[in-house]
Parts: sequence; structure tokens; C-alpha cells
Amino acid sequence: MDFDYHALLPEIILAGTVVGVLLVDLSPAPKYWTAIVGLLGVFAAAIPILTLGFCGDLAFCDDSGVRSMLGDSYVVDKFSLVLKGLFLGAAFLSLLLSVSYLERDRYWEGEFYFLMLASTLGAVVMASSRDLVTMFVGLELVTGPTFLMTGWRKGDPRSNEAALKFFIIGVLSAAVLLFGMGLVYGATGEITFEGIRAASANLPDRSDALFNLGVLFTILGFAFKVSAVPFHFWTPDTYEGAPTPVTAYLSVVSKAAGFVGLLAIAYLAFAEARVNVWGPALWILAAVSMTVGNLVALRQTNIVRMLGYSSIAQGGFMLVPFGAALASNATSVQLESVFSATVTYLLIYAFMNLGAFGVVIAVRNRLGSSEIDDWSGLFRYAPGLATLLAIFFFSLAGIPPLAGWFAKFVMFRAALSIGGGWVIALAVIAVVNAVIAFAYYAKVVKSTWFDEVPTELETDALASERVIPSLKLALGIAALAVIVLGVFPDLVAGLGNLTTGFVE
Amino acid sequence: MLINQFLLLGAALFSLGVYGVLTRKNAVLVLLSVELMLAAVNINLVAFDRYFVDTEAAGQVFALFVITVAAAEVGIGLAIVLLIFRVRKSANVDEFDLMKL
Repeated sequence: MDFDYHALLPEIILAGTVVGVLLVDLSPAPKYWTAIVGLLGVFAAAIPILTLGFCGDLAFCDDSGVRSMLGDSYVVDKFSLVLKGLFLGAAFLSLLLSVSYLERDRYWEGEFYFLMLASTLGAVVMASSRDLVTMFVGLELVTGPTFLMTGWRKGDPRSNEAALKFFIIGVLSAAVLLFGMGLVYGATGEITFEGIRAASANLPDRSDALFNLGVLFTILGFAFKVSAVPFHFWTPDTYEGAPTPVTAYLSVVSKAAGFVGLLAIAYLAFAEARVNVWGPALWILAAVSMTVGNLVALRQTNIVRMLGYSSIAQGGFMLVPFGAALASNATSVQLESVFSATVTYLLIYAFMNLGAFGVVIAVRNRLGSSEIDDWSGLFRYAPGLATLLAIFFFSLAGIPPLAGWFAKFVMFRAALSIGGGWVIALAVIAVVNAVIAFAYYAKVVKSTWFDEVPTELETDALASERVIPSLKLALGIAALAVIVLGVFPDLVAGLGNLTTGFVE
Repeated sequence: MLINQFLLLGAALFSLGVYGVLTRKNAVLVLLSVELMLAAVNINLVAFDRYFVDTEAAGQVFALFVITVAAAEVGIGLAIVLLIFRVRKSANVDEFDLMKL
């Protein structure tokens, strides 16, 4: 059997980078080289994704459509390529955010980048995995390093506490997920997603309940990963206690990895359980996540905690298309549109949320505080950061022409195209929540733009401080993406529509 | 082959594990309870594998992966518990409440 090295090149380069970072860390070279090697490696890993994506136009590339390996366990298709691109892009920005953070405090840089890249490798593997074992191993490779990164500030009790809470909930959710996967294997006798779908189409009556229970447990396991209410308790504490770049990474790459697993497993492996099990289950999770996330975010005084609850609510918006898929009469075109709505939302969310956390890091470097009250009057001494803050927050709130509006637009369009009482009800809940969300995003922007600077701050000294170049680059990329994708949404909509290959 | 007794054992172990995670106060014992849950998963997987007489032995392979990953997770978990014990002089999960709503 020929081994398709081209299809696996992103993973191979990333794995090489993971080792390379450790070797550079071991060598006498200055520590900042570890960051450079990591960034270059992520960049290099993105190149084969482009050559695979445009394979038909390239002379040297053997275009065989969907590349399936290892007995259909590992598939490189358009869905996996788009999401690998998302993971690598988000990891690149997270690394840039980490550089500015770690250099200030001199925290074990090499090991940190090693863990972050290893976690990214797990996410990239998840995007391609099409069986239960590969999906599980990929998921654990994503989460394992993040436990350690959360506790990176070893002397800080908050960081320790965040790591322990995250770890306990993380392994608990892995156990629930595995129990579900075990039951699904027991009901169908298959572990590949295609096999499960085929076998579950004509199950004997006695296996039906077992299969449905397995699906429910598996979905709940993923609900922990994407921090859907009521499985969200770890999220605000972990986000607050973890180093801020790690929080940014968790809220984007780790969450997106959870969604990728959920997309592949729900729409491919559990296609038969859509109407009876995961459609209604995720309908409830979507409605509750949006409502609880937004209502609790309203009363937060710490900006990182507020963004934590906001990311729970954004996760709820991403679950809305799943909930809308509960309609039994949904056609395959409608299912494709709800599928691509979630992918599109993820792509846009990655940039705006990383940007928002980038601003938080920059301001916190200056003020040493993440209390919203201390941030008032930010515009007086740091107009650039205040403007970026407004851009990212209004994008998260979904104000045109920033990219966030399009994410919400495709979500509503996909849901309403299916129609039916339950779906309309979910869309109404989403609309109400979009309004609530606007309140707390706008509150922060209003406070930073129009309120007075707290009297104890010396604005002259603060105004003269500069933002570190790597952070500037990350903020620039994120802001550019948010604005360009908002004005030309066809770019991201096209990517979203490419991914629906296995939806039926 | 009868499979019920294995599934009942698995379900009982899993429930005990969940109970332990919810009620135990010491972080190490919480960790052990999670291990019980994973053991339940392994029992289920191997039982199903033998029940199907799976020629690819997918269930057994899956169980091996679960064991390996669980070992790695315990390594991470104990490191975190050790770290928090050094800083706080306690491994009692009830006392870790620096951050609240």
C-alpha cells in the first residue's frame, strides 16, 4: 500500500516542529529562537494545506479527490483541510500572543511552545480522524497539554486552582465520552464513522436503546469540551486563572477542536440519531448555553471572566444549527447549510475572540488589572487599543460591517430555512440573546471610550508605553480578518460551503 | 456468550466512579474515581469485542488506547495535585474556591 505523504505533510511538519522546539530549547541558542521555530513550523505546516486544497490546479499534485488512509480511519477532505487551516491560523496567533506574555515574565518558554504545538497537532489530527479511537486520541492530545499550560504560573494559587478544576472536569468528560463510544461500539460493532452510520441504519430492535444511550453520552462528553451549559462550570474559573494567552487558546483552538469532533461525529457517525437523540439534546444545550452565558456575563466585573461567559454564549450560538437539525423532514441541502453555518461561525469566531484576548493582554500589560472599572477612559491614553477593543467587541456582538454579523446571519439563515415550530423558537431565543449580548459588550466599549480615567492612574506614563511588536502583529492580523471578512463575507462563506462533503 | 453480567459490572463501576468524583474531597481520590470510570469503559469494550468475536479486535485495541491515555492523564493529574499541594498545603478540592461567580 502506498503511503500518501503529501496528505499527511501538515501533521509531519507539525510533529517535526514539536521536536524541533524542544531541541532548540536544549541548545545554547537564545530562548526566543524557540518561539521563532514554532511560528515558522506552524507557517510551514499551512503550506501543504494550500497545495492539497488547490491540488487540481497544480502540475505535480496527483488529484485523487478525497484522500482516505488507514482503512478509512484518517481522511483528508475539504472539511479537514479548512479546519486544519483554522487550527494552524489560530495557533499562529496564539503563539504570537504567548510571546509577548512569556517574555515579560520569563516563564519556561521552550516547554510552553512545545505543549501548545503538541496540542495544536492534536486538533489537526481530530479534523481528519474518522473513527472513534483516532478521534479520542486526538482529543486527548488537544486537552492534555492544555491542563499543564493552564497551571503554568506555578507560584500563583489561582493558576494552580484553574488547572486542577480544568483537569478534573476534563478527565471526567473524557470518561463520559469513552463510555458513550463504548456503548456505540457495542450497539453497532463498528468503530469507523462510515461503518457506524451504515450499521445504525438497520439496527435490530434490541440494540436501539443501547445505541441511543451511547450517542447521548458521546454528545455530552463533547458538550464539556465546548463548555455548553450545564457542563460549563470549569470555564470561567479556568479562563480567569490561566495565563491569558492560554485562555485565548482554550477559547478558540480547544473549543473549535470540540466542535470539529462534534460536527464529524454527529453528522457522519450518528446521522441516524439526528432526529431522536442529538438534535433535541443540542437544541436544549444551545438554548440554555446562550441564555445562561449571556445573563451571567452581564454582571461580571472582571473582563476575562466576562469573555469566558461570552465564549459560553458564543458556543451556544454555534450549537443553534445543530439544534435546528432536529427537524425530521430536513433535506440534505438544508442539513448542508446548517453544517456549513457552524463551520463559518467557527472561522469568524476564531479571529474575533483571539483579537479580543490580544487587547486584554495588551491592556493588562500596561495596567496590571483586568477589572472593567480600572479600564475606564482607556481611549484617553491608548486610543489604538481602545479602537481595537471596540472593533472586536462589536464584532462579537454582531454589528455590521464587522465579521461577527455574518456569522450570526448564516446561523439564522440556515436555521430559518429549515423552519418548523421548534426551530423558530430556537431562533427567537437566539435573537433575544444577541440583544442581551450587545448590552455587556457595549458597556465595556462605552466605559473605555467615554468615561473618566480613574484618578490614581498617571496617563502620561501609560500613554508613552508601547505594545510589543509580536502582539501588534497578532492584533493587526485579527483586526484585518474581522474587517475584511465582514465586508467581503463571500470569502468565508465559500470556505464554509466547501466542507459539507459527508453530510447527507 | 452472555454479555449482561459484564455490562452490569461496567455500569456499576461507572456509577461508583461518578459517585466518587462527586463526593470525595481529596483530589487524589477524585482522580482514582475517574480511573474507576475508565476501567468500566474498558470492561465494556472488551466484553463487546468478545461478544462480536470481532476479527479486527477493534474493542480490545480501543481498550489498550484507553489504558495508555489514562496513564498519561494520571501523570499530568498527579503533577498538578503535587503543585497545588506545595503552594496551598492541602489537596482538598473543597478548599479551592479563590474564584467565584
